[in-house]
Amino acid sequence: MKGLTSSEIGIAALGAVAVAAAATLPLFNQGYYLTLALNIVLYAALCTAWTLFSGPTHYVSLATAAFFGLGTYAVGLGLDHLPFPVLVLAGGAVAAVLAGLVGAATLRISGVYFVIFTFGLAELVRQVVSYAQIKITSRMGIYVFTDFTEKHIYWMLLALTVAVFVTGWLINRSRFGFAMQIIGNDETVARHSGINTARLKITLFMISGAFIGMAGAILAPRYSYVEPPAAFNPMISFLVVIMALLGGTRRLWGPLVGVIPFSILMDFVSVRFPNDTFIVIGIAFLLIVYLLPDGVTGRLEQLRARLRQPDAAAEPAALKEPA
Amino acid sequence: MTATVLSVAGARKAFGGLVAVNDVSFDVHDGELLGLIGPNGSGKTTMLNLISGALKPDAGSIALAGERISGLAEHQIARRGVARTFQLVRMLPAMDAERNVMAGALFGHRRLKDSAARDLARELLSFVGLSGREHVPVAALTYIDQKRVELARALASDPRVLLLDEWLAGLNPSELDTGIRLIETLNRQKRTIIMVEHVMDAIRSLCARCVVMNTGRKIKEGKVDDVLADPEVIEAYLGDDDA
Repeated sequence: MKGLTSSEIGIAALGAVAVAAAATLPLFNQGYYLTLALNIVLYAALCTAWTLFSGPTHYVSLATAAFFGLGTYAVGLGLDHLPFPVLVLAGGAVAAVLAGLVGAATLRISGVYFVIFTFGLAELVRQVVSYAQIKITSRMGIYVFTDFTEKHIYWMLLALTVAVFVTGWLINRSRFGFAMQIIGNDETVARHSGINTARLKITLFMISGAFIGMAGAILAPRYSYVEPPAAFNPMISFLVVIMALLGGTRRLWGPLVGVIPFSILMDFVSVRFPNDTFIVIGIAFLLIVYLLPDGVTGRLEQLRARLRQPDAAAEPAALKEPA
Repeated sequence: MTATVLSVAGARKAFGGLVAVNDVSFDVHDGELLGLIGPNGSGKTTMLNLISGALKPDAGSIALAGERISGLAEHQIARRGVARTFQLVRMLPAMDAERNVMAGALFGHRRLKDSAARDLARELLSFVGLSGREHVPVAALTYIDQKRVELARALASDPRVLLLDEWLAGLNPSELDTGIRLIETLNRQKRTIIMVEHVMDAIRSLCARCVVMNTGRKIKEGKVDDVLADPEVIEAYLGDDDA
């Protein structure tokens, strides 16, 4: 659609170097730092995928755990029958279908109901999966045995994160992305300009959900035993929202700014205060919403705009005659 | 006899017990600038909302070039060739003027490619008097300049019918003059326009024909001079305290 600008090439080069450097990490450390880096990459993929939809639409989805868990279960159930990469794609597809159904049912309702609905849905899916599993297999979970070690999972998640970023970048520069920006600016204008807002929002929610499902699928081998409370853990949904909002959702790379420090903080807190982790997370969430409603990146942009303000004010607001 | 572009037949819309539009019918001819006037609360904006699809009529039908559009969604009606401006100007606040106008060219009736949409946006911004200000964020524009952007956005879709909802409201006298001349130019270009307006001087100087509404009903339709001299119309405007 458009040629690459020099700053885009610069960012792409920087990103490529960063990814290449990150990919070498397992060669140096396979213990603590790899585990920490794996968490960071996991949440980088999840938060960026979440922001693909929630950034432009401003809908806060708490269905992340549902998409994630479906991906995990796709691997758990299919491992004996199908190759792993097929299962990752299947996990994405199942999550996308669920996202499509949720979107068709709820994207016409306003923001706060959407939040509650997606949260309720994630819990419902968890309960249904638990019930079905106990009824059918009379066990709580399923075993996931693979030859993958932590470093393989890390590399796969890193590749997924790159895929999410490339997808987001392609969307942003496409006609679809421009339509989403118009929706985010003023949905009434979007509709009266000929944009099918409902279909576009559902499509974007499905793309976002698919990536979250794939992340869940890739992570499945990390735990050799998968059960609903872990796979559909609502904390996943909350952490994704907190980290994405901390970083800021206006830019594609915004969530990344939140994911890295928050993952490190979480790691620190869960070791030092294992019984009070949720309290710390709750307080962190309150602080972010009160102090940084547009996230770190949004705050930085405000500060930059304030520095530029004198120029903008000097521009005369002249009234010109029509040609 | 010119062709009918838009035909409203027996349109009705009620909000609870209040009938905002009650059995209203009128035709709009090709290339015509039709005034839609009436006192506050007479149902003019509701009528525009019924045409553009923001509201769905409870009864009656609206047809564009013979094809029924009432009951369709806003975006479907926009794609068939109905564009509008809003009573309170609606911008895409995070974008510049050019991208605001491109929104109309890319997704509406015309659905241009990117580069063609950008060229058209520049052309239209120059037409409405904003050349050189394409990359100014719309939030930094004055009220009339925002109205110009909104008009350019509506024109960018090359609509078969353009709906102007009090486009001249809130302008100072010199801006008003500028605004009237812009609409005059559109009329000369044979654009089909329905304009809801309170500024009677503008209606007199711009429209050949107008429709008058009062408390949801069409009370008069015809040549502007005849209509404005009609006792019932005068009473509608002067008889009520909201005139």
